[in-house]
Amino acid sequence: MLRHLMMTAAAATLFATGASAETLRFATARDVYGLDPHAVTDSFTNIFTHHLYEPLVRYDADLKIEPALATSWEVIEPTRVRFTLREGVTFHGGEAFGADDVQVSLMRAVDPKSPLRGNLPGLKAVEIVDDLTVDLILEGPTPLLNNYLTNIFILDKGWLEANNAVAPIDASQGEEGYTTNNANGTGPFKLESRRPDALNVLVANDAWWDTPVHNLTRIEHTPIGSDATRVAALLSGEIDLIEPAPLQDANRIEAADGVRMLQNPGLRSIMMGINMGDSLVDGNVDGNPLKDIRVRQALYHAINMDLIRDRIMRGKSRVTGSLIAPEVNGYTEAMDARLPYDPERAKALLAEAGYPNGFAFNLNCPNDRYVNDEGICQAMAAMLAQAGLEPRLVTEPRQMHFQKVDNRQVDVFMLGWATLPMLDGFSVLSAMLATPGGEYGTFTPAGYSNPRVDELTKAVATEVDPEKRNAMMIEALMLAKDDIAWLPLHQQPLSWAARDTVEVPQAADDLVRLWYARVTK
Amino acid sequence: MLGFLIRRIIQSVFVMLAVALIAFMMFRFMGDPVNSMVAETATTEERDAVRERLGLDQPLYVQYGRFVARAATGDFGLSWRNARPVSTLLAERFPATAELVLVAAGLSLVLGIPLGILTALRPHSFSTQALQLMSLVGISLPTFVTGILLILVFSVWLGWLPSFGRGTVVDVGWWSTGFLTLSGLKALILPSVMLCLFQLTLIMRLVRAEMMEVLRTDYIKFAKARGLTNRSIHFHHALKNTLIPVITIFGLQLGGLIAFAIITETVFQWPGMGALFIQAVSFGDVPVMAAYLVLVSLIFVIINTTVDLLYAVLDPRLRVEGARAAH
Amino acid sequence: MTDTTQIKTTPSALTRLWNSDVAWNFRRSWTARISSVLILILFAAALFAPLLATQNPYDISQLFLLDSELPPAWIEGGDPRYFLGTDEQARDLYSSILYGLRLSLIVGFASVALAAVVGISLGLLGGFVGGMVDGAIMRVADILLSFPAILVALLVNGIARGVLPPERHADAAIWVLILAIGLTNWVQYARTVRGSTMVERQKEYVQAARINGVSGMGIMLHHILPNVLGPVLVIATINLGMAVLTEATLSFLGVGMPATQPSLGTLIRIGNEYLFSGIWWVVIFPSVVLVALVLAVNLLGDWLRDALNPKLR
Repeated sequence: MLRHLMMTAAAATLFATGASAETLRFATARDVYGLDPHAVTDSFTNIFTHHLYEPLVRYDADLKIEPALATSWEVIEPTRVRFTLREGVTFHGGEAFGADDVQVSLMRAVDPKSPLRGNLPGLKAVEIVDDLTVDLILEGPTPLLNNYLTNIFILDKGWLEANNAVAPIDASQGEEGYTTNNANGTGPFKLESRRPDALNVLVANDAWWDTPVHNLTRIEHTPIGSDATRVAALLSGEIDLIEPAPLQDANRIEAADGVRMLQNPGLRSIMMGINMGDSLVDGNVDGNPLKDIRVRQALYHAINMDLIRDRIMRGKSRVTGSLIAPEVNGYTEAMDARLPYDPERAKALLAEAGYPNGFAFNLNCPNDRYVNDEGICQAMAAMLAQAGLEPRLVTEPRQMHFQKVDNRQVDVFMLGWATLPMLDGFSVLSAMLATPGGEYGTFTPAGYSNPRVDELTKAVATEVDPEKRNAMMIEALMLAKDDIAWLPLHQQPLSWAARDTVEVPQAADDLVRLWYARVTK
Repeated sequence: MLGFLIRRIIQSVFVMLAVALIAFMMFRFMGDPVNSMVAETATTEERDAVRERLGLDQPLYVQYGRFVARAATGDFGLSWRNARPVSTLLAERFPATAELVLVAAGLSLVLGIPLGILTALRPHSFSTQALQLMSLVGISLPTFVTGILLILVFSVWLGWLPSFGRGTVVDVGWWSTGFLTLSGLKALILPSVMLCLFQLTLIMRLVRAEMMEVLRTDYIKFAKARGLTNRSIHFHHALKNTLIPVITIFGLQLGGLIAFAIITETVFQWPGMGALFIQAVSFGDVPVMAAYLVLVSLIFVIINTTVDLLYAVLDPRLRVEGARAAH
Repeated sequence: MTDTTQIKTTPSALTRLWNSDVAWNFRRSWTARISSVLILILFAAALFAPLLATQNPYDISQLFLLDSELPPAWIEGGDPRYFLGTDEQARDLYSSILYGLRLSLIVGFASVALAAVVGISLGLLGGFVGGMVDGAIMRVADILLSFPAILVALLVNGIARGVLPPERHADAAIWVLILAIGLTNWVQYARTVRGSTMVERQKEYVQAARINGVSGMGIMLHHILPNVLGPVLVIATINLGMAVLTEATLSFLGVGMPATQPSLGTLIRIGNEYLFSGIWWVVIFPSVVLVALVLAVNLLGDWLRDALNPKLR
């Protein structure tokens, strides 16, 4: 990704004026749920409207937070954060950007009727200090405030009022309003036309406050539901960039002239949860052998992830010992260390724990959710069998798999986690490692409970100082790592495909940011 | 004639009602329709309310009646797999299958009839023997293997033709057609060839058999005795009588094409109704399966009735004899 | 004292068979001989699969991912332990084909048997009893016939999948297949048997049996059934080829035998996904075996139909 970014930067300096008419034709699996940035919590809709609208702070192509409509921020009190807004920004309609727009937009997003209210938790009010300064009043210290703000876009107050659109709408309930098919933002592109489920056309915003890295004058976005048709359209030259590109067509695409696959490890970490409750769901021995850490270590040693990466994932995954990707805050290299592949050691550990002949258990996997999920599980089952165990492979469509996971009707089960949109290790702690209770522990495996991890998790939730916070997060994650509540596998690859003439960075969050894209000859 | 028509229509209605009954039973007894419509956290009262709204507390025959009424307007509810209206899904996919089937049917006629005539006129030539052998192999070769072979040769090795998808399609009203672009036409070639092969061998054999029998009849001998040219005999007299049963069989086999399209669409990832049906079968998506069943049955029934009528119109003997039993 | 009674020997059944018209026809027709040899080879391979296979493809502990995607042994990169190469989960193709052949044949035979039993029963019933029962059976048969077999098989399959919980799908797959294919193919048996039954019913020996108090069932089973077995055999043979093809098609479409217990159709489906990666052996070898099987069965069936057809003698 960084390489792509550097290349585009170099190209940008070469073609500094770059005034040629470059159209990028872009196809995805489905259309956006409308153009209102506050109407639905859907990451694809969100990133699409990001081309038209902007937040106070945004992610760059390497997923680092940088100033956007706000140039700086300061924590005045634990519950008051002051943002200094950027001067000289205008909306597509010509209106000036100012503090009142920020106030209206943020309050619209956290309105009780807004679907986005959960994405900016803890915002009580927005106070206007002057035309270019606002104070955000919070319920309590919110260390992840900027992470949350990257998702909340700013609309023009006057435009909303003139079009009766100040009240938020809920696109998932089918509600529509003026903002569904019309847009007026500060972003790098303007809306030219929209035909729902057919074609969205964006044109470059020449009055954008930022210096464009892209050289696009026009973006034509077409939803193409069928994987095969989308790929065919790319191959025939009708489309320049597709997302997603089905993995089974990777070889076809690579073999064809003029197009290429963009595959890089993404944020989504794939791991196996381990049932540590009192009994197995479907075992053949008394009690639950998985409660013994030696048995869990045996499972870890039995699996050869390098081979799975090479054979099943075609070298495109990133084998890891960590539950979070390197791009996620809270990651340290120490977390990446894996227990080595050692089937003999696995057998020895099993014997030591009292199971020299192994035991039976369920290996639960989805077959249509993660990249090559079924293939990975088949290979793992074979490896576990070679270590003397008797895994019973259960692969099923995602609805059924996750229903079983929810009800803890699983023994060793597959789960993928990207920590989006927070990009912070806290997401793993609260959802997957903390003891279940309240809003914590939705996916924590049955029977796992580490008091120190819980303690640290609650502290991390409210600690505002980044250094102290990270230190606590790392400590908690490393503790959990030794507990082997989860067996980490790899970060799965993203999968886009593009014509060779298209340069676009593929950030680990799988979101297409065309304001970094370039079309070359 | 009119009586025949009315009888056939009544028969068709019965068949459709029977099919609708099967579809209804599928809806009613496979899976819990309420579950697919409420959130997992719904309370018992909420479920009961939905049950009442869906009319599930009514006696079965009332439910069946309402089902038929809604089906007649094309409303089959939402797909269990992706919550979109089934009628929309089918409408989106219908043009793809229709174009594929039409081209394949046309190909089978355009190629099958001449080849059949050829093998009938020259029964012992080398080309005839070769065609006979190939047709036997053709019937034994699983259709999907043929498709895979076509892909291997023309797509992987030669790289001439695309191996999947419809290419670029143009929207004409609500119909999306692949006929208007070069990539669309190229994408049509391999799938329609694969689909037409079975039909082709059938028609070839049929034309051959019929023509040979016709050539042996008395009136052809008389024509020869009268000194008519071979050309006139073969194409003017023999062919006309050969074609009547061929056309009827062809019409009846059209249904088979629609069914075999399921396989073709799977092999070539052709975004048609057949591919949709397979996904539904694989997932247990009852609304889509039921809707496909009813739609396809309707098509079959219409085709069969039309063919029977056409047969009655074309064959003068039938008009004299009166009604003819169903095929 | 010498025994001067004439010893009459009736030729044994086997000798009678050898001297019959059918056998003579068989010995003359090269297609019949070749196809039967081929069938025997394939049947034997399927029957002795556990002995002939080098690997039990259902035992996952025998799969070593390191050996995945190996080409056939005679190609560079191949391994003599895996004669025809391996797939992406390191399953030996040669062994998988043997076991897959076995599955294909089991499903084929079982579904033909089911179709025959159902069809013969209904045909006997309809032909013998007549009236409304006969009318109803024939109506159903007509409707069934107007739908392509593959569609009916898919429908039965879909219903079974909807009714069974997902964990049971893999285990029940083979039974669902047999049921689906069997239920689509009974019509031909029913019609033929019905026709013969209606003819036989008029004959004197049947009326005599009736007078003697033999039950209807007894008449059907002991008197009528043996007379209709000839045509039934022809239908069954041709049907076997179709049943194997239908099973392969259903498995190829993904609604037949699962990947953990692959039949030939399943193997072809799995191999199809790797066609563009250059891993051609996973698709080609199972296809060749499948085509050989169906071709042989069809040839034999064709010959049998001509041999037993009284009009062509």
